[in-house]
Amino acid sequence: MVGQVKSIKEIPREELFAPGHRLCAGCGIPPLVRIVLKAVPGPKVVVTATGCLEVATTIFPYTSWRVPWVHNAFENAAATASGIEAAFRILEKKRGVKRPKVIVFGGDGGTFDIGLQALSGALERGHDMIYICYDNEAYMNTGIQRSGATPRGAATTTSPAGRVIPGKMERKKDLLGIAIAHGVRYAATLNPAFPVDMYNKIAKAAAVEGPTVLHYLCPCPTGWRFDPSRTIEVARLAVMTRMWPLYEYEDGKYRITVMVRKPRPIEDYLKLQGRFRHLLQPENKWVLDQLKKDVEEFWERLVKLSSGSE
Amino acid sequence: MAAVTQVKGQRRVGMTGDEAVAYAVKQADVDVIAAYPITPQTIIVERLAEYVNNGELNAAFIPVESEHSALSTCVGASLAGARVFTATASQGLALMYEILWIASSMRTTIVMALANRALSAPINIHCSHDDAYAARDTGWIQFFAENVQEAYDLTIQAFRVAEDKRVLLPTIINLDGFILSHSLEGLYVLSDDEVRKFLPPKEPVNPIDVEKPMTYGPLALYDYYYEFKRAQAEAMKTSYPVILEVFKEYEKVSGRKYAPVKAYGMEDAEVAMVILGSSAGTARYVARRMRERGEKVGVLSLTLYRPFPEKEIVKYLKNVKAAVIMDRSYSFGSPGAQLFMDIAAALYNEGERPLLINAIYGLGGRDLTPEQVEAAFRAAFEAAKTGVVKEREIWLGVR
Repeated sequence: MVGQVKSIKEIPREELFAPGHRLCAGCGIPPLVRIVLKAVPGPKVVVTATGCLEVATTIFPYTSWRVPWVHNAFENAAATASGIEAAFRILEKKRGVKRPKVIVFGGDGGTFDIGLQALSGALERGHDMIYICYDNEAYMNTGIQRSGATPRGAATTTSPAGRVIPGKMERKKDLLGIAIAHGVRYAATLNPAFPVDMYNKIAKAAAVEGPTVLHYLCPCPTGWRFDPSRTIEVARLAVMTRMWPLYEYEDGKYRITVMVRKPRPIEDYLKLQGRFRHLLQPENKWVLDQLKKDVEEFWERLVKLSSGSE
Repeated sequence: MAAVTQVKGQRRVGMTGDEAVAYAVKQADVDVIAAYPITPQTIIVERLAEYVNNGELNAAFIPVESEHSALSTCVGASLAGARVFTATASQGLALMYEILWIASSMRTTIVMALANRALSAPINIHCSHDDAYAARDTGWIQFFAENVQEAYDLTIQAFRVAEDKRVLLPTIINLDGFILSHSLEGLYVLSDDEVRKFLPPKEPVNPIDVEKPMTYGPLALYDYYYEFKRAQAEAMKTSYPVILEVFKEYEKVSGRKYAPVKAYGMEDAEVAMVILGSSAGTARYVARRMRERGEKVGVLSLTLYRPFPEKEIVKYLKNVKAAVIMDRSYSFGSPGAQLFMDIAAALYNEGERPLLINAIYGLGGRDLTPEQVEAAFRAAFEAAKTGVVKEREIWLGVR
């Protein structure tokens, strides 16, 4: 298998994402970007939707990007990438210009919500691009508003933990289900506590000709309200509680890549984060129960889809 | 006017406005087309899709899922170094609105045909200039075609202007929906070789290059944003002499003379009419009849709308006593419709300036009749005679 590694030591050292950016301490974005730029071989162009990653890494006249990088607007990263991909494809034929791989980063707002139409169009048309959603489960750049990716029960500034309505009342959208329904050949979830799993999935996506979608759990100390030193611990607990199953979909087959046979109680994950603290109050147990049911149902569905494979 | 002059060897063909634009785009050998269907533009992209699928045009045709994505895709393709075309109308332009600003601010060289159509509601598919006016502040160069020949000629010239290294601004060619987009007219077309010579392949400025990584579309706050805008303002100003140059060069190739403003009867006019698009012909027809009766009227029609040919307009208008400014749109709550405000502003600092009347006409595709044009001239004569504008705003042919 192309570019697969067994340990973190095998991951290339070259950094194409420069330090000095203004992302928060403990932000989950830099580990993602650094590993993506290492795992996608050869010439590449990055497109980024409006959001934390964009505003914190390209404050003119500075940039953290050692690769060509393009930002257009919030909802159109996939469409912008479509144009770049198609242009290079035709310029390669007409004028022999070298065609780079196109990588797109969008937050959950730019992917699940406002950018979903553009993403759907790009996937349907089959542009050769790796679309990566860094999902911090709310509109963090504008100050922690709920999105279609916010998990049930989480408190945000537009789904506050009120006395009558304790947080977000709807379940999280199944992004990869939507992507897979478009017929993409490869889709996978990523998590910063599992860098080898992450690296190998990105390398697999990079080897596919056509659109692929990767969905990254992006811990946000600011919006989730946890200590910035605990990013990786929080991320790992998301997997170990089955809140964030690590799996991949490859040419019609599902595979759980980190099997969690004995899950930790969901409360272990929730209690570290201010956004979930109210769910541990007895009067909000009904919401917690619904959240647990969401998690259980999704896991069971995954197990069935992957026929229990590891 | 719009001098349909034959030059030796040019083929005369019959085409609708949409077909003529598509043919010009094919001859321009574009690299990327991204568009979404909308009446009355659709025929343009249908023809282009045929050219691509039949192997007559080596381009990527990207059938996107919305106009917002159409323009977003064009931005990406233009930054990658491609020659890029899109087309839209009305609601489609409105959906693109956010990206219109970005396309010009990122100095892309997209060329867009806008088959002018009224904005909803009520929904209507026929001509108003709402869409062109909606784009007027967004940093795009805008041309108005008066007939199918001009739609063809201006499309070819638009690529030269947009891609000129001194300009680098996206450009719109307006053609009146249905009146031009769907009307079959005879026109002269250049040979592919002539177009290629006039318009060689795009030489992109700072395209996306993996050997020379650059950051496109960064964040710039109060410390830099202001200077970006000033540079953009300069580019728009610089485009004016470049457009004159391109017009001149195109005349050499085609034998057809273009100018930012077309003047008819202005040498001795006492009252004038200023108008955009296909109705200019009707205005001149009426002016000719009135002049035959000894009434000194003139017509100015604008081929170039942005950058606004302010000096030319002032030159022609400052010596008339009254002018009627024709707007095929309305700006609710404003002190006059859009072209009226432009012209009033252009004339304000002149010592000698005419009284101005704003005539609204033809909204949603209603015909502008010669009688209505004459009534507008009469209102101008009345103002010229009395020195007073009785009604600044008149609606021609409204029930």
